[in-house]
Amino acid sequence: MKYLDEYRDHRIARALAAEIVQRTTRPWVLMEICGGQTHTIMRYGIDELLPRAIELVHGPGCPVCVTPLETVDKAIALALQSDVILVSYGDMLRVPGSRSDLFRAKAQGADVRIAYSPTEAVKIARSNPDRKVVFLAIGFETTAPANAMAAWQARREGLTNFSMLVSHVLVPPAIRALMVSSANRVQGFIAPGHVCTVMGCKEYEDLVRDFRIPIVVGGFEPVDILEAVLMLVRQLEARQLGAGVARLENQYVRSVSYQGNLPAQQIVAEVFEIADQKWRGIGPIPQSGLRLREEYAAFDADRVFDLGEIAVDEPAECISAQVLQGLKKPTDCPVFGMRCTPENPLGAPMVSTEGACAAYYHYRRHAVAS
Amino acid sequence: MSTKTGVEINFELSCPAPLAAKDRILLGHGSGGKLSAELIRDVFLPAFQNPVLARLDDQAIVNVNGQRLAITTDSFVVKPLFFPGGDIGSLAVHGTVNDLAMGGATPLFLSAAFIIEEGFLMDDLRRVVNSLRQAAAEAGVPIVTGDTKVVEKGKGDGLFINTTGIGLVPEGVDLSADRARPGDKVLLSGSIGDHGIAILAQREGLEFETQIQSDSAALHTLVAEMLGTTRDIRCMRDPTRGGVSSTLNEIAERSRVGIELEERSLPIYEQVRGACELLGFDPLYVANEGKLIAIVAPEAADAVLQAIRQHPLGAEAQIIGTVRKENPGLVTMRTPFGTTRIVDMLAGDQLPRIC
Repeated sequence: MKYLDEYRDHRIARALAAEIVQRTTRPWVLMEICGGQTHTIMRYGIDELLPRAIELVHGPGCPVCVTPLETVDKAIALALQSDVILVSYGDMLRVPGSRSDLFRAKAQGADVRIAYSPTEAVKIARSNPDRKVVFLAIGFETTAPANAMAAWQARREGLTNFSMLVSHVLVPPAIRALMVSSANRVQGFIAPGHVCTVMGCKEYEDLVRDFRIPIVVGGFEPVDILEAVLMLVRQLEARQLGAGVARLENQYVRSVSYQGNLPAQQIVAEVFEIADQKWRGIGPIPQSGLRLREEYAAFDADRVFDLGEIAVDEPAECISAQVLQGLKKPTDCPVFGMRCTPENPLGAPMVSTEGACAAYYHYRRHAVAS
Repeated sequence: MSTKTGVEINFELSCPAPLAAKDRILLGHGSGGKLSAELIRDVFLPAFQNPVLARLDDQAIVNVNGQRLAITTDSFVVKPLFFPGGDIGSLAVHGTVNDLAMGGATPLFLSAAFIIEEGFLMDDLRRVVNSLRQAAAEAGVPIVTGDTKVVEKGKGDGLFINTTGIGLVPEGVDLSADRARPGDKVLLSGSIGDHGIAILAQREGLEFETQIQSDSAALHTLVAEMLGTTRDIRCMRDPTRGGVSSTLNEIAERSRVGIELEERSLPIYEQVRGACELLGFDPLYVANEGKLIAIVAPEAADAVLQAIRQHPLGAEAQIIGTVRKENPGLVTMRTPFGTTRIVDMLAGDQLPRIC
């Protein structure tokens, strides 16, 4: 497949890996932000191609994983109302809330439907005027434009039976939170290519300057990730020799521009505003999420429905916070693969296939056992 | 956020408790993955326990007057009823014929039972029945008995079909999922993922440059050719629900062996790969209805591969892997990068990814 095969070419990958080996003179801790990148690293065994001195730490960029338990519980509560059709991206259905998940709600009679695009949810609202259609609008900056477009369309059409349960998270505030944490070990970031396709690289300039840390916007195929690692290693090793300052670089040039997709940013800004946001497995991060603007209050499920206060106490069971900060590997957890599995996840990173723990579980158990 | 400020986050150890006991059937229980296996282990096996059932093969093989009789049954609930490359009628014949064939049996007779929803179009029923007739005739396996039930509107989903098949296992043929041995080769009769993606594309209205056709086909003549070549075939399975991955995981578990696949030897059509990329699916978990996997003794592998390739349904057959004694119960895959990863069994169905 064009634009894919060349980025999965094992000869190019090995050549990049060889150059990384050659240039690496000391240990470096690098974080890939996006769960899609973690997935590729595990699936293709990219970390096995790297020298031992390079440690890849898996970031919090799995939108399904970091969606708060409260949001999942609210979605389930809404879905169980007989006049509601709850529409969601497919991989949210298996995500456990505090007591149940959307698949189980469906088995109890809830009308839960999978959509490939949020505008399908608008279509469902249009053709079911006697039902209340709620779209579970989650994700990073990547899904925000499409989700915003759904609300915009519903408002323009004057639909009164469409709303969105919003849990949107933003990448730059999360990187900032990681960097100011006293436990931080990360020395370079691979920024998420899809998020930057929408938002551009420009958002990351401040982080590079404020924390003097190199950031490379990276793609999702094996060659992309190896090239991004090489770009980080070049910067880090050069600075070690006293040459150069930390820079923002773009590996994913076939998709990402400096300014990003301006019409997409515009629709997001028109519909959403920045707000404090809770991240599952991490906690609240100020100004790290999106909520619907006042003009869109009629489309905000949190305001349309009286859901009361759903507060969930999360028992201190797993080590997800340390995993998401790169302080521990999933396999350091005593319950990994034993009491905590993708069928019965105890914590956020085991929830979706893009979570770090689930990626280790699906692709690496054998290496742990042997 | 342009100054070097930020609030230090207290990264709390916050995780949810595991979900309470499973008190209802979920769609995933029908996916052919881990949930299906749990259901069989926890509910059906303890209730019906007997040594024939305990083999957990796709068909039961019982001795009757010195003859080995193979029996299998399968229900078909596919939506849409008509799809590129087949329909529920032909599928109901192929699926059951294949379950017999995977035990090495020569299929003899089929039954067909229909559960029809009130209001179902008579024309559609005729079309399905005609397709069953034609598929049975082509396979040379007559439908000799049947049943009809009609349920109230809203109490069924158009049409469900159950078929049962019986056949005879020739002398000297002994195929079972617990017979794989280290060193054996894993053979696959052709491209994977075609059926599942054809159904999904039709159901979700996804459009691709070329239409993906279901591979639905009866495999018993291919099996007869293979068994005519050698008796050193240990096991055969058709990788239907749950795909190649679930089938190989079952064999690895039943035989207490590891199975190592070579990623670059997997035959996958370009448009199937493309659809899987788009949806975030792995073709190893997508259903097939006209492919078989054979575990073959190493010395016989090439001869069997040639026999498969000479059959019209096996032109693209490949040796895709080897049975190992390492990692018993696990399926692993060598990537083109020289690294190895697990090919896990899924809990339920694959779900389209958010991004």
